Amino acid sequence: MEYILSWLIWLPVVGMVAIAFIPREKEDLIKQAAAVTTGVQFFLTLVLWNNFDSQDGSMQFKEWAEWIPSFNISYHLGVDGLSLPMVILTGMLFFIGVFVSWNIKKAVKGYFALFLLLNTGVMGVFLSLDFFLFYIFWEVMLLPMYFLIGMWGGPQREYAAIKFFLYTLFGSVLMLVGILGLYFSCGKTFDILELTRVAPEALGGLMWWGMSAIKVIWVLLFIGFAIKVPVFPFHTWLPLAHVEAPTAISVLLAGILLKLGVYGIIRVNYGLMPDGVYWFSYALALLGLINVIWGGLCALAQTDLKKLVAYSSVNHMGYSLIGMAAIVAAGEANGANIKAAQAGMGGAVFQMFNHGTISAMLFILVGVIYERAHHREIEGFGGLASQMPVYTGITAVAFFAGLGLPGLSGFISEAMCFIGAFPVYKTIVIASTIGILLNAAYFLWAFQRIFFGELNEKYNDLPEINRLELFTVVPLLIITLFFGIYPAPYLDIISSTMDTIIEHVVDMATYASM
Amino acid sequence: MDQLNNYLFIAAILFSLGVFGVMTRRNGIAVLMGVELILNAANLNFIAFSRFGGMNLDGHIFGLIVIVLAAAEAAVALAIVINIYNNLNTINVDEASMMKE
Amino acid sequence: MMEHIFIHYSLFILFLPLVAFVIQIFFGKRLPREGDWVSIGAISITLVLAINMFVQMLLDYDSDFSVEASFVWLDMGAFNIRLGFLVDNITIIMLLVVALISTCTHIFSTQYLKGDIRYSRYFGYLGLFTFSMNGIVLANNLMSMYMFWELVGVSSYLLIGHWFEKDSAANASKKAFLTNRVGDIGFFIGIMLIYSAVGSFAFTDVFDGVASGVIAGTTLTLAGVGLFMGAMGKSSQFPLHIWLPDAMEGPTPVSALMHAATMVAAGVYLSVRIFPILTPDALLVVAYVGGFTAIFAASIAITQTDIKKVLAYSTVSQLGYMILAVGTGVYTAAFFHLLTHAMFKANLFYGSGSVIHSMHHALHEKHDHETDPQDMRNMGGFKDKMPITYWSMLLSTMAIAGVPLFSGFLSKDAILAGTLSFAMHHPEHFLLPLFGFGAALMTAFYMFRMMFLTFHGEPKMPELIDDIHESPKEMTGPIVLLGALSLFIWYTLPYFNPMSTHGWFTDLVVPKDAVVPGNLSANEIEEGAHHAHYLAMYISIAVATLGILLSWATYIKKAVSADQWSARSGFLYNWSLNKYYFDENYDRYIYQPTLRLADKVAWIDWELYDKYFINGFGRLTNWASKITGKFDYDVIDQLLVDGTGRISNLIGRKFKSIQTGKLQNYVLYVAAGVIILMVIQSF
Repeated sequence: MEYILSWLIWLPVVGMVAIAFIPREKEDLIKQAAAVTTGVQFFLTLVLWNNFDSQDGSMQFKEWAEWIPSFNISYHLGVDGLSLPMVILTGMLFFIGVFVSWNIKKAVKGYFALFLLLNTGVMGVFLSLDFFLFYIFWEVMLLPMYFLIGMWGGPQREYAAIKFFLYTLFGSVLMLVGILGLYFSCGKTFDILELTRVAPEALGGLMWWGMSAIKVIWVLLFIGFAIKVPVFPFHTWLPLAHVEAPTAISVLLAGILLKLGVYGIIRVNYGLMPDGVYWFSYALALLGLINVIWGGLCALAQTDLKKLVAYSSVNHMGYSLIGMAAIVAAGEANGANIKAAQAGMGGAVFQMFNHGTISAMLFILVGVIYERAHHREIEGFGGLASQMPVYTGITAVAFFAGLGLPGLSGFISEAMCFIGAFPVYKTIVIASTIGILLNAAYFLWAFQRIFFGELNEKYNDLPEINRLELFTVVPLLIITLFFGIYPAPYLDIISSTMDTIIEHVVDMATYASM
Repeated sequence: MDQLNNYLFIAAILFSLGVFGVMTRRNGIAVLMGVELILNAANLNFIAFSRFGGMNLDGHIFGLIVIVLAAAEAAVALAIVINIYNNLNTINVDEASMMKE
Repeated sequence: MMEHIFIHYSLFILFLPLVAFVIQIFFGKRLPREGDWVSIGAISITLVLAINMFVQMLLDYDSDFSVEASFVWLDMGAFNIRLGFLVDNITIIMLLVVALISTCTHIFSTQYLKGDIRYSRYFGYLGLFTFSMNGIVLANNLMSMYMFWELVGVSSYLLIGHWFEKDSAANASKKAFLTNRVGDIGFFIGIMLIYSAVGSFAFTDVFDGVASGVIAGTTLTLAGVGLFMGAMGKSSQFPLHIWLPDAMEGPTPVSALMHAATMVAAGVYLSVRIFPILTPDALLVVAYVGGFTAIFAASIAITQTDIKKVLAYSTVSQLGYMILAVGTGVYTAAFFHLLTHAMFKANLFYGSGSVIHSMHHALHEKHDHETDPQDMRNMGGFKDKMPITYWSMLLSTMAIAGVPLFSGFLSKDAILAGTLSFAMHHPEHFLLPLFGFGAALMTAFYMFRMMFLTFHGEPKMPELIDDIHESPKEMTGPIVLLGALSLFIWYTLPYFNPMSTHGWFTDLVVPKDAVVPGNLSANEIEEGAHHAHYLAMYISIAVATLGILLSWATYIKKAVSADQWSARSGFLYNWSLNKYYFDENYDRYIYQPTLRLADKVAWIDWELYDKYFINGFGRLTNWASKITGKFDYDVIDQLLVDGTGRISNLIGRKFKSIQTGKLQNYVLYVAAGVIILMVIQSF
């Protein structure tokens, strides 16, 4: 138990090395090795959950070791209620991802080696408590992603990969500047916990070139994270990368990598710059609104199913942003409405998880149909409901989850985001409820065009979804359904941590002139 | 003291002859002989200063060293000249210009 | 409270249909008879339980009866949501209505959908619907009501789209869901307005909160209107009425269950539940929406030729009545009408289903797949062929037309009395009773028109008439039962008074005072309604008689020519026939612009923003790097670095000439140097 976090991070590297020693012809063995590695990791995440104390809102399972003492850099890991669900989600989706990519034909060895490297990067970001380490893992993610899109993707893969890479790199460079700014102005430490303690005070009133240091660092870090979320107007890499990436990579991209953005904003921006939260929350809610409406309208216009799902991610992450903005409700100026702050933050974090499962499901389902029909044009199908009833049923549930139907998990988180943000940002929330309608419109319209009507002649021997595919999608379906009916287990994990964050932001804000 | 001037005078002449020889002759052995003249001019100066300058035997010792040195130098130089002759069939120093380019 | 037996009953009533749904979805196809007996069994048990509760209620005869149970659904500390049941008399009556109509529908469907390819799925969806509907009925808080509200929308979506191979059915199901969502958005905004003020979703807390004034004035009005928007969507009120007629694409038993009796009544049920917090302004909105819908939909129903469309618009109109009643304050009358309407309208739909069923078979015999089996212009003279259907439907038609001795007369009268009394209090709102009586007149006319066209006169397709048969007993059974329930007697027991609503219902469902300060109290409303009762009764008998006579004169006596009249009324006829062009205008001014906007936005996003702005950065960087590259090569490398070399080279070449390689020359230089130095020294 003592080094469980390290195990989680480095296990995929072990798997990667093992795969490196397997001859490239033994493809099945490679796949099995990847499955075993991710399977064990997933199991470990569950063990972690089992041993996690949900009453404790602080960091648990902390590991600390000196690394580069001359710069005060350390190997510092820890997990709390914010990161634990993401860690479990990571373990699960990578495990499922192996089976989603079971039919990869090209360069299997390289694919799974990079796949596991990506796993390490993601896990590392969620678990590291040292900024330097955090940044390194952040960059470690980038490289395998570039190759996974660029080599195993669709026809425009190289363009998509380079775009993804440059976009993200641009963000991470700004982030690095922000991190260095924090390092030099807050007593030369990279330790996130330490910075969380000292940064609010150290940065308060600090001015750089006539601007408040908080604003400067906030914006630098925010852009870095916003590109990952993605927040409008930094979102255009997403549809392209999703469309071109192989199915499993789309699943991971939507399921986990987008969450890193929101995670980063809450962990870093909220933790280190409570004053910035107050300064930026209106903009955050507004950006959320734009995401919701813009993403919804774009999704409505798409003719490519995968692109539609990709834009639905833009739309769904908007709800998360709106929910996050609700934290200011807990401030004195807004009537110390703890209820709203809890609802909003809980909703935002829950939405992260739900979008992770729902969009993963959607991408897997798109992959299933693509594998059979070799295209994704919505208009090109028609009447599939009579040909593939099981597939239709599962897709229906996934689509309904996407449009926020009660009884499925997406609804609760969206509702919580809205309820939380409503007391503070009435106009924005009311405007963004239009997004609910757009959600329903694009999903139902797409559903009708694909599944309803007379069966398209071309597809009257399309095979039904097979066992392997069912194995990848059904667990997600069950989770969606379970949390939709009974969300308490999830909220139990996060609620203490959310309280800690809300308290921290409210208490540490200096309200110094910025 | 006038005797010292005489010695020096002779040494100067010897030196000038030596330099002149070194500068003008094309024959390698002649150049060596010029060098010998220069060395001997120097030797004469050493001895003269030793005798008249109150420098005890130091000048003599230097003179002896120069003689030994000159002998060694002559041996080496002659060997070089013979090698040049063997390789180029001449001892004209102007011809031995392979390193120029 | 949890141990109250009704809570246990409610749990079973709620979840049994869900269990049936799950079994049907996973195993339905593999079960004998495709598992219809599973669904029927489950729903029958709920019916037994509901009857049990109902009887218990009648035995207790306690108008204040109410039990509540709730549990913590999610808890984040300060923010938590409790879900739970609220069982009072309204709930029990509604549960019985749902269970009864649902059971009838299940039985009816075994014949109506016999041989359907998705037979088991259909029964599964019926179970899902019943579950969701019961969820709405039992909810003790706005949140779970909203959740079941949307689930009802989904089951409606699935059932309307049952024959999804037809584009019209697929379109109708999507339209129903989206139109409902528009209303749901309002509902949700209303919930948020109330929650942010009150801090709870439970009805009791909300009422307490409103009574204590934490939310008042415009905010409360807005909240009320928001919640009412949900009701507008579900109950298909103007201007969200467009989905219900299209929803007739679903199987007819579904129309009977959902789009006549229960689901659409959910809006009225919600209005009744939230009535205490509606402010006078919000109530006015409710009243005008309801009143206008009542007359507006009735005016469309007059000209429709599709038998189900007539019934659909009639349903919209009747729902408008109920909403109007809520708006004018007589919300118990609204609920009463909901109850009676559920029975007779479900029966009318069953009847029409029976007619369509037999038309369908007759056409099938003739291998005619072109003729529309729902078009009344192809019917006529079915009376003797389908006597059971005819007589039961006639009972229900009497009820809906407001003929005395039938259930509809009582409930309609109560509503009209309420509106009349409201107009007496507020003469400026004289339009409301006019809407009501006008709609009553038209209802009597078009319902008898439907009956006359379908069952009387000469058969319009004589070749079919020999193949028209009475439907099997699984279908006629529910028709007879519900036809009998259209009689007044069931609703006035234990009294026998055909002219007054006084009975178990009025004893058990008594109006409660509104919690909004300044509203009329329950007593005032009741007194007023009582006062207006007789006047309303005379007028309503008069208009019903007038409507029936007109209809008789036109379609039986042929004293009046319908064609002439329609020609004479000019554009009015066309407007009514084309439903006032609402679909067309929504399409032109809402759907198409939205789609165009979406296309435009996607174009901006992809073709403009991404291609030029984002990729522009790429191109800018590319261009900048080319410039720097050029500078680097041309200036730094070529000019400065190589230039230094070239200069050294040049200088070297100049000095090369003195470097002769001749030793003597060098010695000469040295000597010359020495001489020069000596010359310099000598000066």
